[in-house]
Amino acid sequence: MSAMTDTGHADAHHGPAKGLMRWVLTTNHKDIGSMYLWFSFFMFLAGGFMAMVIRAELFEPGMQIVEPEFYNQMLTMHGLIMVFGAVMPAFTGLANWMIPMMVGAPDMALPRMNNWSFWILPFAFALMMSTLFMEGGGPNFGWTAYAPLSTDYGPKSTTFFIFAIHMMGISSIMGAINIIATILNLRAPGMTLMKMPLFVWTWLITAYLLIAVMPVLAGAVTMMLMDIHFGTSFFNAGGGGDPVLYQHVFWFFGHPEVYIMILPAFGIVSAIIPAFARKPLFGYTSMVYATASIAFLSFIVWAHHMFTVGIPVTGELFFMYATMLIAVPTGVKVFNWITTMFRGAMTFETPMLFSLAFVVLFTLGGFSGLMLAIAPADFQYHDTYFVVAHFHYVLVSGAVFAIIAGVYYWLPKWTGHMYDETLAKTHFWLSFIGMNLTFFPMHFLGLAGMPRRIPDYALQFTDFNMIASAGGFLFGTTQLLFLFVVIKCVICGKKAAAKPWEGADGLEWSVPSPAPYHTFSTPPDVK
Amino acid sequence: MAGESSYYVPAQSKWPIIASIGLFLTVVGAGIMMNDMSAGVKDSTGHWVLFAGGLIMAYMLFGWFGNVIQESRSGLYSEQMDRSFRWGMFWFIFSEVMFFAAFFGTLFYVRHFSVPWIGGEGAGEMTHMLLWPEFISHWPLMKNPDNTSFQGASGVIDPFHLPLLNTLLLVASSVTATIAHHALKNNERTKVKLWLVATLILGFAFLFFQAEEYIEAYDNLGLTLASGIYGSTFFILTGFHGAHVTLGAIMLTIMLVRVMKGHFTPEKHFAYEAASWYWHFVDVVWIGLFVFVYLV
Repeated sequence: MSAMTDTGHADAHHGPAKGLMRWVLTTNHKDIGSMYLWFSFFMFLAGGFMAMVIRAELFEPGMQIVEPEFYNQMLTMHGLIMVFGAVMPAFTGLANWMIPMMVGAPDMALPRMNNWSFWILPFAFALMMSTLFMEGGGPNFGWTAYAPLSTDYGPKSTTFFIFAIHMMGISSIMGAINIIATILNLRAPGMTLMKMPLFVWTWLITAYLLIAVMPVLAGAVTMMLMDIHFGTSFFNAGGGGDPVLYQHVFWFFGHPEVYIMILPAFGIVSAIIPAFARKPLFGYTSMVYATASIAFLSFIVWAHHMFTVGIPVTGELFFMYATMLIAVPTGVKVFNWITTMFRGAMTFETPMLFSLAFVVLFTLGGFSGLMLAIAPADFQYHDTYFVVAHFHYVLVSGAVFAIIAGVYYWLPKWTGHMYDETLAKTHFWLSFIGMNLTFFPMHFLGLAGMPRRIPDYALQFTDFNMIASAGGFLFGTTQLLFLFVVIKCVICGKKAAAKPWEGADGLEWSVPSPAPYHTFSTPPDVK
Repeated sequence: MAGESSYYVPAQSKWPIIASIGLFLTVVGAGIMMNDMSAGVKDSTGHWVLFAGGLIMAYMLFGWFGNVIQESRSGLYSEQMDRSFRWGMFWFIFSEVMFFAAFFGTLFYVRHFSVPWIGGEGAGEMTHMLLWPEFISHWPLMKNPDNTSFQGASGVIDPFHLPLLNTLLLVASSVTATIAHHALKNNERTKVKLWLVATLILGFAFLFFQAEEYIEAYDNLGLTLASGIYGSTFFILTGFHGAHVTLGAIMLTIMLVRVMKGHFTPEKHFAYEAASWYWHFVDVVWIGLFVFVYLV
């Protein structure tokens, strides 16, 4: 191959620029990936702190620590920060770091736009979090921002919440466009679509989902803005609109959004389990088709979030059965992960531990999702802690565990050092115990009828809430240990080989550790 | 992907951070302005913040695109780069399609579900009896369920006057844009300029008549954003469409300037094609609008 990469700067081949401006002006996918990951970690801590406020208030019945109004703001901000600030940017960060290396590309397809996608985020979150200090407080209607809570009864700062959402949407759409262009156009010769690592495949489909639904969210909050300031009646029945319309538009975005937060996790786990089972992934092709099926189904299930809102019975039936269908491709995936491990030569380093926990606990969250999908049963579960337990099992032990697994898996490649395995395993076990202590009792609370999003509760819920709060504090504090392990790994540690994991497979392991600032300026030949 | 000569990875750039600051000031300014407007505050500082944000955005767009044009003209972009741009523009337009889909979906929902339900159809019987028993479901919705809070319009725009004319104008402009494109491919540069100018005249005529229509709606028909769901859907769909036509016309104007400056070759003119794709896209959206907002 005679291919070479031009760079606009004579010394760009040698390495990064010096100082702070390196990070502000960079066009390098590794720099941008690192910024995404650090940003998402700080957002994770900020959102986690708000979760601690919530758990502290719920430790005992009665109001003791915060005002109900502030509790609502914490609840809303916690959701928004975790979804848009922690989980999504973490996946985008991993995509930035890994996709060009996995497909043998010199960088992302549109490097300057890549930098813009990132730098919008700090401004967007500065704007969103500043609402907490505005007159009337920040958004207090839950991350779903249902009308009329957000339109007629929202605080003045709702306007800025809407614009912050717009900014995050712009960032996500540009990030997704970049990822699609990179995957479709910058693959090394020989890297056919069906040879791509599953992380690349899942991100390709995730990016498609992002471009399809982020504009719909933009449309929803734009109508909200119009209702608040310009006298329209989209979500007001007095003018012929319908508050339920907001829910339809929001969940048309919202359901694909939850798959946006889990498909890349599937990709990470599909890289790690084969590596530590020392066997190729079982059923690669079926994994690809299952991912595509899940993405398709995500567009036709949204009203299962709204079973109790008063939609026609035909609608309830359609959305119930469509939702249950998702269990089929998801089942294919779980089956494939387990079959990959079957008779494998397994070892249990930290990435594998988090991946195994992912498979078990995500499946548990999937099963509670199936329970919620049953429309007549959902009338009982709706807006109880059972729902909170369900989505924290798929988001914390699902998305977050997979992200952490991916970070441990690729840290040697990023830093050139091995992380401290003992500390990392401690991090895993404390996280695993803390997570289950926090969220498992919530199933029982929900089934017993404890409503979500309420700062006070009846006395009989006390024991389980105390356990959940204790677990929450354990899980939250443990993440500081994660920060420590990562920083330690960046600074020092045993030198990592180019391929530190015996069973690992993929182009990213063919370059030295730490990966040079520019990789694959000449595309590798993929057999 | 074999046989690529090079893929251009640009060096550091100041434009992304400038763009982020510009975007931030723009939305903060717009937010302050709207909150002040609703609270009845005169002399909002929001205007100034918005203006500053807009200026920074304009500076950024000139600078950033200027860089890209310079790099393109100095031959740094390979065919592979060209394909990246194509994918980028394609998916950007797809995101715009989905943005409009949200509002079209809203229109279908209110026409087929919410308005008939408030009128007592299907599962809406009790809603009708308890909330607004006098309300009769119809479309276009002229008398709203709560007609004191939301004063309905006295009439709607006749589709066979201005909207039909606008349909013809916009469809014609799509044709002229294509003729100009073919001329560019045949290297007939005078022809390109003429047909591009024709496209722009048609485009700006569309915008002029759209403004006329809005004046007619507000002044004579009482059809406003606040006249219930008919006005809400009418203005959000036509308004966002008009904004997109404006953006498309600006793109084409810049293409005209670039043609005048001697840019583009018969083989390499992706910027022109992107602008032209965008123009066809706003044309297709208009056909949807004409049918679903004005006609049926």
